[in-house]
Amino acid sequence: MKFRIDRDALADAVAWTARTLPVRPPVPVLAGMHIEASDRLKLSAFDYEVSAQVSTDIDVEEPGTALVSGRLLAEISRSLPPHPVEVTTDGAKVMLRCGSAKFTLLTMPVEDYPTLPEMPPAAGAVGSDEFAAAVAQVAIAAGKDDTIPMLTGVRVEIEGETVTLASTDRYRLAVRELHWKPERPDFSAVALVPAKTLADTAKSLTAGAEVSIALGGAGGTGEGMIGFEGGGRRTTSRLLDGDFVKYRSLLPSEYAGLAEIQTAPFIEAVKRVSLVAERNTPVRLSFSQGEVVLEAGTGDEAQAVEALEATLEGEDIDIAFNPAFLLDGLSAIGSDVARLSFTTATKPAVLTGKPPQDGENPHYRYLIMPVRLSG
Amino acid sequence: MSRKQQLHRPGPQPGPPADDTGCPILHVDMDAFFVSVELLDRPELRGRPVIVGHDGPRGVVSAASYEARTFGVHSAMPITRARRLCPQAVILPVRGERYARVSAGVFAIFRSITPLVEGLSLDEAFLDVAGAGRRLGRPAEIAALIREQVRAQQGITCSVGVANTKFIAKMASTRCKPDGLLVVPPDGVAGFLHPLPVASLWGVGERTEEALARLGLRTVGQLAQVPLSTLQRELGGALGAHLHALAHGRDPREVVPHTPDKSIGAEETFGTDVDDPEVIRRELLRLAEKVGARLRAAGHEGRTVSVKLRMASFKTITRSRTLREPTDLARVIYVTACELYEGAGLERVRLRLVGVRVENLVPAGEAPRQLAFDEPETGWREAERAIDRVTHRFGRGAVRPAALVRRPDEGTPGGPAGRGGEGSDGEDGRR
Repeated sequence: MKFRIDRDALADAVAWTARTLPVRPPVPVLAGMHIEASDRLKLSAFDYEVSAQVSTDIDVEEPGTALVSGRLLAEISRSLPPHPVEVTTDGAKVMLRCGSAKFTLLTMPVEDYPTLPEMPPAAGAVGSDEFAAAVAQVAIAAGKDDTIPMLTGVRVEIEGETVTLASTDRYRLAVRELHWKPERPDFSAVALVPAKTLADTAKSLTAGAEVSIALGGAGGTGEGMIGFEGGGRRTTSRLLDGDFVKYRSLLPSEYAGLAEIQTAPFIEAVKRVSLVAERNTPVRLSFSQGEVVLEAGTGDEAQAVEALEATLEGEDIDIAFNPAFLLDGLSAIGSDVARLSFTTATKPAVLTGKPPQDGENPHYRYLIMPVRLSG
Repeated sequence: MSRKQQLHRPGPQPGPPADDTGCPILHVDMDAFFVSVELLDRPELRGRPVIVGHDGPRGVVSAASYEARTFGVHSAMPITRARRLCPQAVILPVRGERYARVSAGVFAIFRSITPLVEGLSLDEAFLDVAGAGRRLGRPAEIAALIREQVRAQQGITCSVGVANTKFIAKMASTRCKPDGLLVVPPDGVAGFLHPLPVASLWGVGERTEEALARLGLRTVGQLAQVPLSTLQRELGGALGAHLHALAHGRDPREVVPHTPDKSIGAEETFGTDVDDPEVIRRELLRLAEKVGARLRAAGHEGRTVSVKLRMASFKTITRSRTLREPTDLARVIYVTACELYEGAGLERVRLRLVGVRVENLVPAGEAPRQLAFDEPETGWREAERAIDRVTHRFGRGAVRPAALVRRPDEGTPGGPAGRGGEGSDGEDGRR
């Protein structure tokens, strides 16, 4: 094997692939990054759950394959001087030359490397930036505790031209709808994708204009898998098992009160006030006509209070939230004005951005369960 | 401690007349508490070897009378062994509620002396009497007064250690047991401590004792000769500093009135070892119910749930998890305990004992509660409070989870050995 490649192209490709390298490889070869030089360069990594493969242009002299330590290759390629890179195999070694720097890397047996899972059939495509934004909005609400695996996933529901993403950790629920271009107009599917994988993948596929989503049907190729491809990068991930929460029934159909607050000052105030909120203690919001008063801390501890302008439709209400949950939602609505609708102080409240036109349904909804105060 | 020490009464003594000056700390310890209470109800057994504990193949001695102790019987010993050592002993069952009543009476006496009462268990407390001097006299006089009142009002005896620190006071009461009083004046601390074996120091277990023996240190006096830095190098920073301070009679801990319970737990030794996960889980449920009820009765909630699993080999492991919010619900304790049990990888391993404990206690109802989507407005909390009320009215066991209900004719296969191995309410149940 012998090829030449631009230094930055190599560094990018290696860095992206290396994210999928397992931290504790169950078998030694999985610590390796698979290098295949033919008309293009293909780099692959796999941890049995997630696979990543990138292809990029190279100048090939002699095609071939090799398997080298992925971590080491990533560290080396990140630190190379700005010169073209030449990679050659020499027996059981891989030589990497860049300017006057030269590295010799040990290889692992290529034939021991597992075959990457096949990409399921393509189901459709979505704008890469919108997809990344939508996934980020939803993944924040996913659970981080592995004891209930279902809650660590993002539910992906595809119905014709509409994709709905949802996730919840039982305390909040984020739901986002977006449009996409299905391969078939009547395409419909559901999948539960590990939230962390989905968020990392969506964020890293914004180089191309679109991301193609590949979803296997029951019994077909790539059953239990989902694939994403864009800008020369493709990732597959195993899906999570289990039924997702029946989340649609959680979305309240009506509300008793509706408040609107400027998002940026609201975020700042919540951050400030919650400085005195001990672990697991809430920030209390008291809405009245024209203002909301934020308070945190209790009698024996430090306390903070701040008032902000707010509009309120409906009765005055006092409601308390975990400040971290509230901030996650406020940062995700992507709107200058935050709209909070509620029924009672112990029922879920819905946080959305103010829709451009009244009556229009917001694309993104963030449900948050209040904290019940003592007494 | 079978050797009875001479009583050190206050009053004219050789040397400085006021040898309890600067000794405001009292450690009061009931003598063979469970046995003494039993003897109140069974005076005919006085003078005979008496053991309190569950009489069964797995039962453990909860308390032994001094007569039984002369045969080598001591608490925590298997009943079967105690029987062999002392076949003529009378074995009485544990009656936790009876002891709790007497204990309440004893603590009422303590609190009439000073508000600074730090209860360690049902039968043991530290008192700081520095502020009671004008009203009640010198510390040694107060100690005598307490002993007199406990005897007069409750009919049992206690031993009192008087010193300038908690640790010396406690060692003094141990030394003068039973029915004794020992004052260790500040200038007598070295003389009192130095001849004692290192193992008598608080915090010195078998391992530390071995480590010290390797250094040739067998008495507290020898230990006191070793520089701090050497001890810390050999035993680690914290333990080294701790032992150095103790060997010099230093103990900065103050008497803290009303120490809140640090944890509430219950455990069960099986009659025969159990490897059926179903039976283990059922036992965890029973213990969780018990701990939950106790938490609610005491007005506590706890954030950390732990399980203790002792294998047939006596190897014991403890696993704990800290919850997001404190709880007093048996349901939550049970689910967490089961997860810990399953996570310990001991399913199908023969277990001798299981225990459930809730730690990190806070007063109930003060913690704000994050609501969850799938949590009904009225749920387990209300159900368990209702059970508490039924129990209060109709007695324990009137309502319980279906998994714990047995027909009267049904035995308890592999069932519990009973109260013997269990932390009897209060004594081991709380710490």
